[in-house]
Amino acid sequence: MDIFLEALPALTQAWALILQPAVLGYLVMGVMMGLCIGVFPGLGGIAGLSLLLPFMFGMDPMLGLALMIGMVAVVPTSDTFASVLMGIPGSSASQATVLDGFPMAKQGKAARALSAAFASSLFGGLIGAAFLTIFILVARPVVLLFKSPELLMVSVFGLSMVGILAGRIAIKGIVAAGIGMLVGTIGEGPFNGELRMSSYDFIYLTDGLKLVIVGLGIFAIPEIIALLRHDKAISEKQSLGGGWIDGLKDWWLNRWLSVRCSLIGVIVGIIPGLGGSVVDWIAYGHAVQTTRDKSQFGKGEIRGVIGPESSNNAKEGGGLVPTLLFGIPGSGSMAVFIGALALLGNGIDVGPSLLENNLDFTYSIVWLLALANVVGTIFCIAMASTIAKLTNIRFALLAPFIFMIISFAAFQSGQNLMDLVALFSIGFLGIMMRRFDWSRPAFLIGFVLSNPVENYSNNASQIAGIRFRQGWDIGMEYLASPIVIILIIITVFSIVFGLRQAKNILAEGDVGSGSKRAPLVFLLILTGFIFYALINTATIPDYAKTDRVFPVFVASISFFGALVLLIQMMITSEAHTLFADRETNGDDGNAAYALWPTLGWFAFLLVLTSIIGFILALGIFLISFLRIRANLNWVHAVLYASAGISFMMFMAWTLGRDFPPGLLQFYFKYLPWPFS
Amino acid sequence: MIFNKLTRHFAMAITASAAIALPASADVNMAGKTIEWTIPFSETGGSAKWANFFAPLLSEALPGNPTVVVKFMPGAGSTKGANWFQEQPAGDGTVMFGSSGSTQFPYLLGDPRVRYEYKDWNPVMATGTGGVAYLNPEAGAKFDGTANNLKDITFIYGNQGATRLDLVPALAWEMLGMNVEHVLGIKGRGDGRKMFESGEATIDYQTSSGYLKGSAELVAAGKAVPMMTWGSIDSTGNIVRDPTFPDMPTFKEVCDATDGCETSGEAWDAWKAFFVAGFPSQKLAFLPAGTPQDVIDTFINAFAKIKARSDFETLSAKRLGKYPMYIGVDAKTALGNATTVSASAKLYVIDWLKADFGVDLKK
Repeated sequence: MDIFLEALPALTQAWALILQPAVLGYLVMGVMMGLCIGVFPGLGGIAGLSLLLPFMFGMDPMLGLALMIGMVAVVPTSDTFASVLMGIPGSSASQATVLDGFPMAKQGKAARALSAAFASSLFGGLIGAAFLTIFILVARPVVLLFKSPELLMVSVFGLSMVGILAGRIAIKGIVAAGIGMLVGTIGEGPFNGELRMSSYDFIYLTDGLKLVIVGLGIFAIPEIIALLRHDKAISEKQSLGGGWIDGLKDWWLNRWLSVRCSLIGVIVGIIPGLGGSVVDWIAYGHAVQTTRDKSQFGKGEIRGVIGPESSNNAKEGGGLVPTLLFGIPGSGSMAVFIGALALLGNGIDVGPSLLENNLDFTYSIVWLLALANVVGTIFCIAMASTIAKLTNIRFALLAPFIFMIISFAAFQSGQNLMDLVALFSIGFLGIMMRRFDWSRPAFLIGFVLSNPVENYSNNASQIAGIRFRQGWDIGMEYLASPIVIILIIITVFSIVFGLRQAKNILAEGDVGSGSKRAPLVFLLILTGFIFYALINTATIPDYAKTDRVFPVFVASISFFGALVLLIQMMITSEAHTLFADRETNGDDGNAAYALWPTLGWFAFLLVLTSIIGFILALGIFLISFLRIRANLNWVHAVLYASAGISFMMFMAWTLGRDFPPGLLQFYFKYLPWPFS
Repeated sequence: MIFNKLTRHFAMAITASAAIALPASADVNMAGKTIEWTIPFSETGGSAKWANFFAPLLSEALPGNPTVVVKFMPGAGSTKGANWFQEQPAGDGTVMFGSSGSTQFPYLLGDPRVRYEYKDWNPVMATGTGGVAYLNPEAGAKFDGTANNLKDITFIYGNQGATRLDLVPALAWEMLGMNVEHVLGIKGRGDGRKMFESGEATIDYQTSSGYLKGSAELVAAGKAVPMMTWGSIDSTGNIVRDPTFPDMPTFKEVCDATDGCETSGEAWDAWKAFFVAGFPSQKLAFLPAGTPQDVIDTFINAFAKIKARSDFETLSAKRLGKYPMYIGVDAKTALGNATTVSASAKLYVIDWLKADFGVDLKK
C-alpha cells in the first residue's frame, strides 16, 4: 500500500508540471506533427521521433517530453486514415484495420468507419494511460515473469490468429503463414549469421526484408492496382452515407469490445520484444471470436474496426512500461524515444532509477499521453468528413500520388534502390495472392512473428537444454510455468475455434472459382519457393545449426501442406473453392483495364528511377500517367505533377532524407539536391 | 613499448603546439554546409548516443557553424555501413563516419563480409569505454576476489554472438576456468540484463554506461554482485583499474589470484589484444579516404576545441563515462590499437571460437 500512498502526491505534482501554457503548446505542436506523419502511410512513430531528435539536445525536459509524447500518441490514431480510405496500412499497428475499414470506405461509409475508429483510439489511449498509472508501480515483477518460454507462447498465440484469418481452405491459410515466416527468415541468420536464401554477392537480401516494404507490398499495391483497373472512385457510392455521428454510436454500442481490446493492447504492449505489429491482429481475432454473426467480417463489419483501433492506442501506454522500467524498448518508436530522453536538458536515463527518483516526471508522461490522445482525436474527428471525401475522387487521379508516397516510404526503410524492387516483387506476390484467394493477413502475421518465434524458441530451447542437463525438475520448472500452461490452453482453444469459424470470415470478400490451370500454376510456384527454401536452409552446415532449425521446420510443414493442396487440386472439380480466381469469375474479370498494363505503369516508374533517379523519374511518371491514363489535358497534368513533386520534396527536406538514385547519379556524383 | 611511448609523447606535443600555434584562419570555413555523420547502427545503441552527444558540440566548434546531422545506416552488425563508407569519395568534410568495437572485430577476424579497410580512412577522434562483469547473489557470495570457488557452478550468459564484442567476457571467463553456457543470439546487452534480472541468465556484463544506468541499481538492491572490470590501459600499455570504477578489481587482478589463470602467455596476450581493440578506443570518428589535409586539420582542431571546453568533462562524464578522448594523431594511435592484433592472438581466438562455438573463420 505504501507505494500507492507515494504515488498519489506524485500524480498531482505531475499534473501541475504539465498544466503550463508552454507545455500544452508543445504538446499540441507534437500532436499536429504526429497527425501529419501518421497520415503518411509507411511512416510511423520512428520517422516522426527521428525528425524531432536534432531539436532535443538541451531542451527543457518537460517541453521536449510534451513534444515527443504528443507525436507518439497520435500516430496510431491518424494512421487510420490511410488504412480506411486507401486500404494501405498507415503503420504496422493498423494492418488489421484495413480488413473491414477499407470495405466500409468502398461502401461510402468512410466517415462512419473513421469516427468509430477515432472514438476507439481515444478510448484505448485513455485506458492505456490509466493502466500505465497503476502498472508503473506493480509491473516490474510481472514483466520479469515473462522469460523466453512465456514470450515464445505469446508469439505462438499471436500466430494462432492465422486460424481465424485462414479463409475458406484452412491449409491454404497455414501455407500462406508458412511462406510469410520463410520470407521473414531471409537474410543473415540471427544466431550465427549464416545466410538463408541470400548471398553476399547480392548484399540487399542479407539484411532481410523490412516490415514496411512487406506490409505496403502485400496490402497496398494489390488494392491500388485493383482499384486502378476498375477506374472508379474508391467509394462505390457517391454519397458519404453514414456520417461521423453514426460512427460514435457504433463505438458506444460496442464499448465493451473496446474495453476488452484496449486491455489486450495494454498487455501485449507491456511484454517487451513483441512490439506493436501483432496487437491489432490479436484484437481483430478477439473481435471475430466474440461476434455472433460473423458473416460481415471482411466486408465492412464495424467491430473489425473498433477492435484493432482500441488496442493499438492502448499499446502505446503499455509499451511505455518496459521502456521506462527497464530501458528495454517495447517497439521501434520506443527505442528512439529512449535515445531522445537522454538528449533532453539534464539527460534523463530510463530504467529503474527513473521511478525511484523521478516518479512525478514519470507520471507527467502518463498525463501527457492521455491529453495527447484527447487532443489528437478531436483533430482527427474534425478532419474526418473532409478527408473522407477523397474516396469520391476518381482513383486514376489519386493512384500516381499514392504510388509516389509508398515508393518514398519504402525507400526510407533501407535507403536503397532495391527497396523499390522489393516493394514491387512483394506487391506482385500480393496481387497473385489476392487473385487466387490466398490469405494475405495470414502471410503478414507469419512474416511479423517469424523473428520473435525463432528468437524465443531458440533462447528457450538453449536455456531449457542447459537446465535439463542439471536435472529434470530444474528444466521443467523453467518450461512449464503457470503462464506458459495458461497460454497453451488459450492458444489451442483459439486455433480450434478459429479454424471452425474461418469458413464464415472472408477477410477479402467472396471469390468465384474458374478454370484449373491458373490456380494450379500459382500453387506450383509457391511450392517451388518452399522447396527452394527447404533445400537452401537444410544445407546450412552443422556448426550453424541454430540458424537452420527454424526455417527447415517451417518449410517442411509448409511443403507438406502444399503437397496436400496439390493432391486435392488433382482430385476435385474445377468448381471447387480451391480454384478461386478473381480473373475468371471474380470482379476483376470484368475490370475496365487488364492487369499487366496497369502493373506496367508501376514498373515504368521503377525502371525509370533506376536510370535517372527518383525525383526526375517521378516527374516523367506523374505527367505521363495523368496525361495518358487519367486523360487530363497537358496543363492540368503538369500542374498536378508539380504539386506532387513539391510535396515530395517538402517531405524529404523536412525529414532530411534522400531520394533513390539511378545510373545518372552513379555517373554524375555532384548533382544538386534533390537530384543527387 | 618505449618506441610507442615516445611516439605518443611526440604526438601529444605536436597536437598541443598545433592547437596553440595555428590560428583559426588556417581552418576551412564550413559555413552553410551540412555534415552527415553516418552511424552504422540503429538509433538506440551506444554509438547513436555517442554521435548525438558530439554532433551539436561539433557544429558549434567548426568554423562557420555548419549543421551536423547524425544519420543511421544499420545492417549486418555495422558491416553494411562500413562497406558503404569505404566507397565514399574524398570530400570536403561533409561525410563523416563513426565505427565501434563491433565494426573492428569482424575486420580483425577476417570476416568474409568485410570489404572495408581501416587503413584507408582518416581518424579524427576516438573515445573509449570500459566493461563490468557481475554475478547473481548466490555465486556472488562465493566470490572472494578469485574464481576458485566458482568453477563448479554452471553459469548462463546471454551472448550477442561469438564473434562480437562479447568474445572479450567469454574468453575472460573461459580463462578463469568458469563453466559459462552461452545463450547465443540475443539482440543487445539491455536484453542480456533483463535475462539476468528475470533469472534466466546468471552472469552478465555491461559496458560502463549500461552498468551505471541499469546494473548499478541491481547491485544496490542486492540482486547482483560486481565481479570485475576489464580495466583500463595506462600510457605504457599496462592494464590498471578503471577510473570510473576504482573500487572494483580488474580481470587481470582476478586472473592473477585464480589458480590456473595466467596473465602471460598465449591466452592472456590474445585476450588483452582483443580487449585493447574493443574497449579503450572503442568508438572512432572518420573522414573518408583521401580527404585533403586542411579539412582533416579543421576537424581535429574542432574536436580539440570541444575537449578544451570548461564544461566538457562534466558533460561527457555524465553521458559517456570518464574515459579519455583522443584527437588527431592520438586518434590515429588509438585506431592502430583498435585494428591490430598480433597474428598469434588472432590465431588463438579463431581456434578457440572454432573449438568452443563451432564458428569457422579463415585463418
